[in-house]
Amino acid sequence: MPLNDTFLLPTRRHFFKRSAASIGAVAFSQLLADPKLQAEAAPNARAKRVIYMFQSGAPSQVDLFDYKPDLAKLHGTELPASVRMGQRLTGMTARQKSLPIAKSTWDFKQYGESGLWLSEQLPHIGTVADDICLVKTIHTEAINHDPAITFFMTGNQQPGKPSIGAWASYGIGSANDNLPAFVVLLSRNTYTSAQPLYARLWGSGFLPGSHQGVKFRSTGDPVLYLNDPAGSSPQARRRLLDSLARLNQLQLDQAGDPEIDARIASYEMSYRMQMSVPELTDFSNEPESTFELYGEDARTPGTHAANCLLARRLAERDVRFIQLFHRGWDNHSRLPVEHPKICKEVDQGSAALVKDLKQRGLLDDTLIVWGGEFGRTVYSQGALNGTGYGRDHHPRCFSMWLAGGGVKGGMTWGETDDFCYNIARDGVHVHELNATILHCLGIDHRQLSYRFQGLDQRLTGVEEVEPVRGMLSS
Amino acid sequence: MDHEVFNELVKQGPVLLKMNDRDTYEVPSTKFALVSDLHVHVLGAFMVVVIALGTTPCQAEQPPIDFNRDIRSILSNECFQCHGPDENERQAGLRLDTAAGAVAKTDSGSVAIVPGKADESELVARITSDDADTRMPPAESGKKLSPREVQLLTDWVKQDATYAVHWSYAKPVRHELPELMTHQAWPNNGLDHFVLARLLHEGLAPSPEADRHALIRRLSLDLTGLPPTIEEVDVFVNDKDAQAYDNLVDRLLEKKTYGEHWARMWLDLARYADSAGYADDPPRTIWGFRDYVIRSLNANKPFDQFTIEQIAGDLLPSPTDEQLIATAFHRNTLTNNEGGTNDEEFRNVAIVDRVNTTMAVWMGTTIACAQCHNHKYDPISQEEYFQLFTFFNNTEDADRRDESPFVQAWSESQQKQKAELGEKVVALKAKLNATTPELQATQAKWEAEVAKDERQAVTGRFVRVEIIDREEWLSLAEVQVFSGQDNVALKGKATQSSIDYNGPAQLAIDGNTNGDHSKGSVTHTKKDKNPWWLLELPEPIAIDRIVAWNRTDNEVGNRLSGFRVSILDEQQQPIWKQDIAKAPATNQELAIGAVPSDIFTIVKTPANRRDDAQKKTLADYYRSIAPLLKPVREELSKVEKQLAGIKPTTVPVMRQLAEDKRRVTKIQRRGNFLDTTDEVTEGTPVAFHPIPEGAPMNRLTLAKWLVDEDNPLTARVIANRYWESIFGVGIVRTSEEFGAQGDLPLHPELLDWLATELVRVDWDLKAFVKLLVTSAAYRQTSAVTPALIERDPNNRLLARGPRFRLSAEMIRDQALFVGGLLSDKLYGPPAKPPQPNIGLSAAFGSGIDWTTSEGDDRYRRGLYTTWRRSNPYPSMATFDAPNREVCTIRRDRTNTPLQALVTLNDPVYVEAAQSLARHMVKAGESNEVRALHGFRRCLARTPNETELARLTNLYDRAHEHFSAHPDAAKQMATEPLGAAPEGSSLTELAAWTVVGNVLLNLDEMFLKR
Repeated sequence: MPLNDTFLLPTRRHFFKRSAASIGAVAFSQLLADPKLQAEAAPNARAKRVIYMFQSGAPSQVDLFDYKPDLAKLHGTELPASVRMGQRLTGMTARQKSLPIAKSTWDFKQYGESGLWLSEQLPHIGTVADDICLVKTIHTEAINHDPAITFFMTGNQQPGKPSIGAWASYGIGSANDNLPAFVVLLSRNTYTSAQPLYARLWGSGFLPGSHQGVKFRSTGDPVLYLNDPAGSSPQARRRLLDSLARLNQLQLDQAGDPEIDARIASYEMSYRMQMSVPELTDFSNEPESTFELYGEDARTPGTHAANCLLARRLAERDVRFIQLFHRGWDNHSRLPVEHPKICKEVDQGSAALVKDLKQRGLLDDTLIVWGGEFGRTVYSQGALNGTGYGRDHHPRCFSMWLAGGGVKGGMTWGETDDFCYNIARDGVHVHELNATILHCLGIDHRQLSYRFQGLDQRLTGVEEVEPVRGMLSS
Repeated sequence: MDHEVFNELVKQGPVLLKMNDRDTYEVPSTKFALVSDLHVHVLGAFMVVVIALGTTPCQAEQPPIDFNRDIRSILSNECFQCHGPDENERQAGLRLDTAAGAVAKTDSGSVAIVPGKADESELVARITSDDADTRMPPAESGKKLSPREVQLLTDWVKQDATYAVHWSYAKPVRHELPELMTHQAWPNNGLDHFVLARLLHEGLAPSPEADRHALIRRLSLDLTGLPPTIEEVDVFVNDKDAQAYDNLVDRLLEKKTYGEHWARMWLDLARYADSAGYADDPPRTIWGFRDYVIRSLNANKPFDQFTIEQIAGDLLPSPTDEQLIATAFHRNTLTNNEGGTNDEEFRNVAIVDRVNTTMAVWMGTTIACAQCHNHKYDPISQEEYFQLFTFFNNTEDADRRDESPFVQAWSESQQKQKAELGEKVVALKAKLNATTPELQATQAKWEAEVAKDERQAVTGRFVRVEIIDREEWLSLAEVQVFSGQDNVALKGKATQSSIDYNGPAQLAIDGNTNGDHSKGSVTHTKKDKNPWWLLELPEPIAIDRIVAWNRTDNEVGNRLSGFRVSILDEQQQPIWKQDIAKAPATNQELAIGAVPSDIFTIVKTPANRRDDAQKKTLADYYRSIAPLLKPVREELSKVEKQLAGIKPTTVPVMRQLAEDKRRVTKIQRRGNFLDTTDEVTEGTPVAFHPIPEGAPMNRLTLAKWLVDEDNPLTARVIANRYWESIFGVGIVRTSEEFGAQGDLPLHPELLDWLATELVRVDWDLKAFVKLLVTSAAYRQTSAVTPALIERDPNNRLLARGPRFRLSAEMIRDQALFVGGLLSDKLYGPPAKPPQPNIGLSAAFGSGIDWTTSEGDDRYRRGLYTTWRRSNPYPSMATFDAPNREVCTIRRDRTNTPLQALVTLNDPVYVEAAQSLARHMVKAGESNEVRALHGFRRCLARTPNETELARLTNLYDRAHEHFSAHPDAAKQMATEPLGAAPEGSSLTELAAWTVVGNVLLNLDEMFLKR
């Protein structure tokens, strides 16, 4: 083994086990890290960055991804007890007398050379079928939204743990010196009953606060407090910062505390952010073809399509972790009416992002993840007639898709049973999915730990899990 | 480790040997120590910094091995996972956390440790083996012993492998104060003896005392969270009294702001917030607890009493309201109101949180692991976990939306106001009931008119409320059906088209008109086509008036637009109906007869045939509508409304279940509440001190156990936490973890001396704080030298005074304070200061954005800011304030560009700078005087010439700029603070605002120094 590698091994292990006392200069450098160093820090990385399109509320795998043509024959018949095996239901259907099977409302079609079966509701995603890896056998431990989405984002159902983006920021830092390492985009929703989102989903938990996701807003300042106060100007701000830096320098000379140096530098970076963010969020220089690709929605800030476009622009600027959230999938009733609306909101933008990254040569080192906190039941919630019925929460098996850096395109992973209720083979637990995402970023999830409350805490929990190697490109 | 250092090391070449994750590094360059923590070995009472310039470990001298110091962390980190307390995970029959286990025969027949005989000990053979198959720890565990660790273990076995109880599980021992060979005059009190002895041992000397300007600012910030005023600074600086410093400490400890400041730390521990958490995160009224903490700290309630009240105030004999409110400590757990959740599941989650938080806050022990399995590192079994759980498992609360049980409490001023208004009501009613000849005359006229009126009451059996021609949810807070003065609806039965969101039909006839759905008195159907609500009365009755009350929360009142109210006969045929297009904001009154039917009957009766009762009824009714009395009635209604508006605050509390309702507690397999095994009863882990024989096994006994003088942990944990607040880093750096996985105390004798001192002064917290801040260690200057930075970057040895970033609340409070804006109002409902609109709605349309408070409430201390867990106040979150979903023992102190954006651009800080500018201008005529005033308001000290020149220079250039841009000047001087004082120059104010902005952003402002 070359000398250099010998020394890197224990060092990297140590590097990922930094203790909790990271204050000041240490934390600061995480936002200003040298990009060259980052590359060294994660030598096995397939992806340099992640774009996570989270579909909050839980899309129905039965209607969108997991093709079960035979369910048509069983439509309206009772879900056999042998399939359900007494598994826990939510309080919403636990007292429902009948659990009739509801076939997919929509037809499925084969897309791409790989012949991937997808719902006709997702025609645009169909056009990138050969780039995506459809995972049909994700499973989770929680059955209600809050614990489930918290579990997905932080590896734990209870609040208090860092989010996956914060872990990534902590583990491999930023690759950009004008922008945060972890950016969060919430798309605006047309549905008032959408499940809420909360700061913990992009929080830093017990990690230093500098790793929390920075929310970009679609109205007002794109980043909170980015704009100078009324009556100021860029020149005036520059003058103010220069005066401030000189005064702080006087203190540094007297007090000798290197923290002061760090503060001077962080004010400089705030200025660079002020200069670079407006350019980032300004779509006026995008050609018409961009809007043809992403759809007209992309012209309206805050839509899912606009956020997909913004995600591409963030990826171009090497932001490490880009977390989108779209809400509204929680269709306990009227699913046949509501699901198509949401599909329409997300389908084109999601697909456009994959295509756009590909044509720019960025897909190879950008990992895309798409899915929600659980799936939906094959049986109907409410009486199965007309369009009034919905589907309840289903954590036992559901579908997500990944694309880009590190995963194989044009493939399907895992099989569910005939009822789309249980996993038949190759289940992927949330911890395994997270281990896989970290793996693509060149991080061994076992090594990415942080000593807190006397334990080396990890995103992927205390049980041993492995990345799903079958999904990875060689 | 930080990237730069990492990079530095990469360049320097392959000489880094990592020994142990948490303590020792041998590093090639002192550059490393600059940014890493202090890397140390504990050597008896002292430590030696190991920074060796080479690849060989430092082995200058071989002191006797000490189990706690040298061995426990190696075994705990590298071995206990498979050879520790958890018997389910134990491999090869070997247990290394006890002496008995270590010398016992293992499954293979070999013995891990033969004391004194390294060559016969299997442990030594395994850790030194070259064979990957037999070497311990196994490669696949990812664990690896360093050569130094191997050596230590081997030496330990050679030296008889003595075990010792974990340091923090043994009672603190009060050591004699160390003798000092030099600097004997330096110590002010006992703690200084320990600090100084250590410094001298390290070859370091203390720094000189800080100047008085620095001292008063440091003290004021530490004791009250606010900087001193210029007047306070002058008084102290010129105070010739030898006791000037101690007197200042006393003055500060007496301020009410002391309790506000120190409450912050406790509220982090108590996970206090103004919302219930989880998905919809509805508001929660529990601020009475926050005020309890402030009052208790200001009253200097002894910490043992403070503890007992919070854990078990309800179990004290005849508890006071205050003692009940104290128990809200453990009602700060989250409540899950998401649809379809199992309340029992989340009640269990709350109990788990109470167990974990109790052990973390008082005993510095992370116990969460034992919820699912025996603890792998500390001697706590899963059974013992659930024994602790049992103490908390018998209270009434059960993850309910209404947060019951709770207590109601009125403040003193509220009680006074209630009495005054009550007297007014009595006086007005008397006036209203007096009969005058004038009234009698108008009544006769009115009777004649009524007798002719054709509108009459309708006699019906059913009342129906429905939404017509629409798919909609129907929600009603109440439906009142009056026959005469009686609301007969209360005697009826209600049904509706469907039920959802816990809103059955009878909630509209429960006598409660509260329209807030979360208060549990609002009906809710599913989204039905033409949803309806139907009241069946016991018998047909004359109906005079119907009042329909709408739902009022979450801005969904419009769902009631286009509704119809009808009265039906016995056959449910409509006999009267009215359609109402616009949904009422609160209620809609529908009059059916001209006057109530009973009144109509009397009017129709000839005057001379009316009996006395009838006469009185009629006169009373007339007075209720007489135009003559209208002003009196209006006044009465206003006063009654005011009276009703004085709402007691509610505080959720702990209440023990009755004996016959006690829950059975069973061990939950892998922490799953649906999968239980053996029943357990209350108990504490055997590794700790026992509960006194015969004590009742309840929360009160547990509370007393926490502050028992035999408890080895609580006093140490509390002393360490106060030390951390004052000095920046705890004596035990991991202030959240004192168990086997935590750091060792840097200075065990000092910690024990402080712990015993805390108990000796009967848990007097003010006295304890005073002890810390009157020490010579505290009073040192905080100036840093390169040598000290290299030696002790985090100042754990205290060769200088403390110097670190202020908390989020302090940064905000300080800006408002120096700007002269901060409100000194104490207590009360949380405030909603300006915050940017997020434009996000939580579940079911409830807004996360808030309406900014008016007046003083815009400028209250950060502690009073509404703490919404799902969406914490953004500027404070940026400065590392937690969202308080779980107990936070220790906050980070980061430094990020986003913080710079807050203090430069957040309107709160801009407003503070504008206000500061107005104070500067008021201070005098010359620019120097003004700049000096601003500087002193902010930093207490006087600027030097260069600093002053830089500020006036900045002013001049800004002034020049704004002179050419009057519009910009106006904005800079007045948005958002408001119009400038009469006669002032906007150009000047704008330019001083720029100076103020710089002052508020000086590094020194963010630091206690």
